[in-house]
Amino acid sequence: MSRLFTATVTENRRIIKDHYLITLHPSGKIKKPGPGTFFMLDVNTGFDPLLKRPFSLHRWLGRDFQLLYRTAGKGTYLLSKKRKGDTLEVLGPLGNGFPVRKKAKNIMLVAGGIGIAPIIGLAEALVPSKSVIKKGGMHKNLPVLFYGARTKNEILCTDDLRSLDMEPIISTDDGTLGKKGNIVNVIKRYLTAHPSRVRDSVFFACGPTPMLKALSTFAVRHKIRGYAALEEHMACGIGTCLGCVVQTSRGHKRVCREGPVFPIEEIIW
Amino acid sequence: MTENSTPDLRVSIGGLKLRNPVMTASGTFGYGDEYAEFVDLNRLGAIVVKGLSLRPRQGNPPPRIVETPAGMLNAIGLQNIGINAFIKKKLPFLRQLRTPVIANFFGDSIGEYVRAAEKLDNTDGIHALEMNISCPNKQAGWSIFGTDPKVTFKVVTEVRQAVDKPLIVKLSPNVTDISIMARAAEDAGADAISAINTITGMVIDIKSRKPRLANTTGGLSGPAIRPVAVRMVWECYRAVSIPVIGMGGIVSAEDAVEFMLAGAAAVAVGTGNFIRPGITIDVIEGIRSYMKSSCIRSMRELTGAAQC
Ligand SMILES: Cc1cc2nc3c(=O)[nH]c(=O)nc-3n(C[C@H](O)[C@H](O)[C@H](O)COP(=O)(O)OP(=O)(O)OC[C@H]3O[C@@H](n4cnc5c(N)ncnc54)[C@H](O)[C@@H]3O)c2cc1C
Ligand SMILES: Cc1cc2nc3c(=O)[nH]c(=O)nc-3n(C[C@H](O)[C@H](O)[C@H](O)COP(=O)(O)O)c2cc1C
Ligand code: FES
Repeated sequence: MSRLFTATVTENRRIIKDHYLITLHPSGKIKKPGPGTFFMLDVNTGFDPLLKRPFSLHRWLGRDFQLLYRTAGKGTYLLSKKRKGDTLEVLGPLGNGFPVRKKAKNIMLVAGGIGIAPIIGLAEALVPSKSVIKKGGMHKNLPVLFYGARTKNEILCTDDLRSLDMEPIISTDDGTLGKKGNIVNVIKRYLTAHPSRVRDSVFFACGPTPMLKALSTFAVRHKIRGYAALEEHMACGIGTCLGCVVQTSRGHKRVCREGPVFPIEEIIW
Repeated sequence: MTENSTPDLRVSIGGLKLRNPVMTASGTFGYGDEYAEFVDLNRLGAIVVKGLSLRPRQGNPPPRIVETPAGMLNAIGLQNIGINAFIKKKLPFLRQLRTPVIANFFGDSIGEYVRAAEKLDNTDGIHALEMNISCPNKQAGWSIFGTDPKVTFKVVTEVRQAVDKPLIVKLSPNVTDISIMARAAEDAGADAISAINTITGMVIDIKSRKPRLANTTGGLSGPAIRPVAVRMVWECYRAVSIPVIGMGGIVSAEDAVEFMLAGAAAVAVGTGNFIRPGITIDVIEGIRSYMKSSCIRSMRELTGAAQC
């Protein structure tokens, strides 16, 4: 099961403006990717763009897998032009992923913008199905998913959110859907209203840096554990180039190897 | 060609015998272990490890890399685990291989270069030393060791006197005339030259008006620098009689052959490893088929055979 494989595009669908969902079919069996791990895609065979592009696992389908991406520049533009039947070189799964086995009474998932991509897969891994929860009668609260975006039209995965057995709490910068304002403020208000949710809780977050930074400041102040998926420019994806480091309280750590998911309190912003 | 005239890819670099002329470029292959799942490491000509210093180094703050057309800029800042940790944690794995290991090293003073070199020279399982002189010199206001031929001569002379293993000097391309630097290294007793290291560059974000690298400038590598590297290898080849190891943007066997025609006795693949982790093996096999189809029997027939 090599982590370097060829994959065939089975679907590459535009969901909303600038956002796409791609389904890839690996040529052979690959290592099962966990939520929060990522893949590096060779979007072209030439040398411009030169480097592979990293994308988080959105959803594992047993053999195929899906990525959810936003077009940002040349590489993602070329990716968006891939058609059914096209093939790509892929490296992965890479990185550590979210510590899904961490036990906590209150799990809070936090997504900002395209950061919803790995959070959906994580949510599905945490809440397998309604029936299991009900039968088991677990003494746990259901996870809560906080999801912030710029505007209503940029809220992704609405069907997936509905089919999950967790209540999504949405906010948009312009107030066109859910609460108005930034999601971290929404989280603060929510926890003030539900103080029982603060104890024995953990955040799993992915989103833009300012959001993660604000969340981590808040979490550290209230002694809430948390894990954030970070992004950094990458060349190799496997830990050799040392290009993707972030500063942590334990020194420079590679996003592609020790990350992309880091304990929130260790990150130096 | 008949069966018994299969091309001979073996080369000798300052007494170090390689089964083929393809090595990994320092800093692009870690300490070898990360690539074991993608490459049969025993098939490589040599493994050159990430640059080592006496003490571990944290390197530069992020962002450290930015992509450019057909290339990339890096400002890693020579982050490394230090020689002791390398010997303890990484070398045992490399020792199990049949492939020679070349330790790339640097210092920020002549004394540090010498002490680092001595330590590596006295360690089993390291077959040659590659000295990176593209580093700032603490004693001379942080100007680069590899841009003043007198400084280059001095630091290489001192290291040469301290070590017995083959000594390769890796030149900086950020000079007006690289042949002068190559000669300084040869005169100081180097067994071979590596050329080239990365070319200093800069990228500015026009929205924020800030450089894209936290370090402001970085080293350019990848196919974008290949013609410059080929020219510099050719200049070194004409200037010295010790072997030249060519590198800079090699991503195919054709690229490697071009370096050999310019005068390289061996080559190293750097940024190419990031693009395709198994690329080194493709380069080796491609060189073999090129030699076969061109009826070239040994590497000697290829090195410097460009008709200039
Ligand atoms: C671990 C990880 C997971 C990611 N997951 C997703 C995802 O699920 N969905 C999604 O839409 N995006 C994701 N990204 C961001 C995505 O990799 C970038 O948007 C993409 O590389 C941009 O490439 P480009 O050529 O279109 O843009 P350009 O800006 O032209 O890219 C230029 C260079 O910068 C790099 N780069 C640009 N933006 C980023 C960024 N944010 N992070 C890292 N490198 C960047 C590119 O890889 C390339 O080397 C992830 C990034 C990382 C590191
Ligand atoms: C990420 C990165 C790290 C590097 N680190 C080192 C190093 O530690 N020591 C060194 O001598 N050269 C280092 N180099 C330079 C390469 O070994 C090589 O000389 C250069 O990149 C040109 O070859 P390429 O275009 O094939 O990459 C590094 C290059 C890159 C891209
Ligand atoms: S991308 Fe090379 S070390 Fe992380």
